[in-house]
Amino acid sequence: MKPRRVRNAWGWEFIAPALLLVTLFVIVPCFWGIGLSFTQFDGIAPANFVGIENYARLKDDPLILSTLVNTAFYVLLTLPTGLVLSLAIAMALHQKWFRGRSWVRAIYFLPNVTSLAAVAFVWEWLLNPEYGLINAGLRGLGFKALGWLSDPTLAMPTVAAVSVWHGVGFSVLIYLAGLRSIPEEVHEAARIDGASSWQCFRNVTWPLLTPTTMFLTIMGVIGGFQVFQSVYIMTGGGPLDRTRVYLYYLWQSAFQNLDFGYASAMSVLLFGIVMTLTILQRRYYNRRLQTWQ
Amino acid sequence: MAVRARGVPIATKFGRGATWTVVTMMGLAMLVPFLWMIMTSLRTDAEAFAWPPRMISWPLRWENYPEAWKIAPFGRFFLNSLIVSVCVTAGSLTVNSLAAFGFAKYEFRGRNALFLGLLATLMIPSQVTMIPSFLLLKQLAWLDTYTGLIVPGLAGAFGIFFLRQYMLTIPDDYLDAARMDGASEYRIFGQIVVPLAKPAIATLGVFTFLGAWNDFLGPLIVVKSDDMRTLPLAISALSAGHYVMSWPLLMAGASFVVIPVLIVYFLAQRYFVDGIALGGLKG
Repeated sequence: MKPRRVRNAWGWEFIAPALLLVTLFVIVPCFWGIGLSFTQFDGIAPANFVGIENYARLKDDPLILSTLVNTAFYVLLTLPTGLVLSLAIAMALHQKWFRGRSWVRAIYFLPNVTSLAAVAFVWEWLLNPEYGLINAGLRGLGFKALGWLSDPTLAMPTVAAVSVWHGVGFSVLIYLAGLRSIPEEVHEAARIDGASSWQCFRNVTWPLLTPTTMFLTIMGVIGGFQVFQSVYIMTGGGPLDRTRVYLYYLWQSAFQNLDFGYASAMSVLLFGIVMTLTILQRRYYNRRLQTWQ
Repeated sequence: MAVRARGVPIATKFGRGATWTVVTMMGLAMLVPFLWMIMTSLRTDAEAFAWPPRMISWPLRWENYPEAWKIAPFGRFFLNSLIVSVCVTAGSLTVNSLAAFGFAKYEFRGRNALFLGLLATLMIPSQVTMIPSFLLLKQLAWLDTYTGLIVPGLAGAFGIFFLRQYMLTIPDDYLDAARMDGASEYRIFGQIVVPLAKPAIATLGVFTFLGAWNDFLGPLIVVKSDDMRTLPLAISALSAGHYVMSWPLLMAGASFVVIPVLIVYFLAQRYFVDGIALGGLKG
């Protein structure tokens, strides 16, 4: 057996390929992106250093604000709905008396494993104004057919609803894992003290689920600011730009307008916003955790 | 005292029944888009536009599937998706499990600092690296190639972190015993560590494969020619031109993307469900 010191050099050999890949495709691009944000670059001619001009442009571009507002609207629509729904479903599926719970759990998670591009396309057909199943159902019940994806006020809520359908199963599984980690005795103790099931939920289960809720909220905000596919497939940013979200605009700036410097500044801004929101949420939840302890 | 049936009060029993019904029905409603996709794919254009719509239109038009397969080169797209997903999965599992082993079982200098640095890269969102990665692939002349679709997908700190946590639980004594018997370090990795870490590797493999199979933004940036499209890109191209085509054929096309995944999902369900509970995977 070789001495430990000699053997430990093997560690380098094992980590080298991964390190090389992460450096090449994550670390270098990260700094390169920051560098690019200070240039004007169309992908062909050499990049021009322009200082903070791109950032000054961000400030004056009305589309930055409007796409950020659209994105925030999307997060506000998807996040609370997803959390409430998934918690309610998880609470039910957590009960031992729930028959066939592993099957129902699997069904809720099913949309999550399918390609969002493909299912967004299927939804486009379901939501078709003339021949779609949803409007057929509405007409059958005596309501008016709706332009789900063509009506400016309805389009974003529709996109959000499809996202909730696609993603709710993931949150259900996370909440189920959180519920499993709460010891049975805690609930029993509360019940012996005479707590109703609502009191038990409000004062025991909900506070103990705080770390789970924090995780899901942070992931939801990060994911919400990265919404792209469903918009790309279902609306293309329309109608009247109401579903043009930030990442979609970023993608257009880079790959349609070939304005790589400006798009890089946009991505740095996105990084900053997501980072700030994550830190704020962590603070908020940590304070809540402390008051309960 | 409430009336009791089999030890549970009637009111509670009623409440449970109602909860069960609502949650199960809602779950079944989640499946409607998939059912409608399949049902639409099995009818004629006229039936798809019929009023009132029917769940099933007899006779089923199975011919739509071979027809859709011919309308766009789906065989090629399927092959592209398969090649990319298999290579990304095999490649990243190899690279990441090697690195995880290195981090878990060797005490080289600078290990902890490096590992922390690696974890820090998890905070970099893919949108920040998207544009420079594109430019890098362009420089390397990897745009529109399998290499360009596969290699960037091999890098990732999450897989290393996930597997390292699992490998830390493997006792060092096992490795030392093998060393006493004269096994090389690579042999220890291949014949002891990998078999013991199989559950973690399988879980990570399932999610890596799915992530690659369903990836959209990555291929959207890398692929230029029709021939190199993966299935999700093919679907988006179809959806952009759907005014010229029939919904039954389009839904048959969507089935080509969705149905293989559904089959794998039902076969390997426990890896999905347990995997998420295990480590907040996909995070």
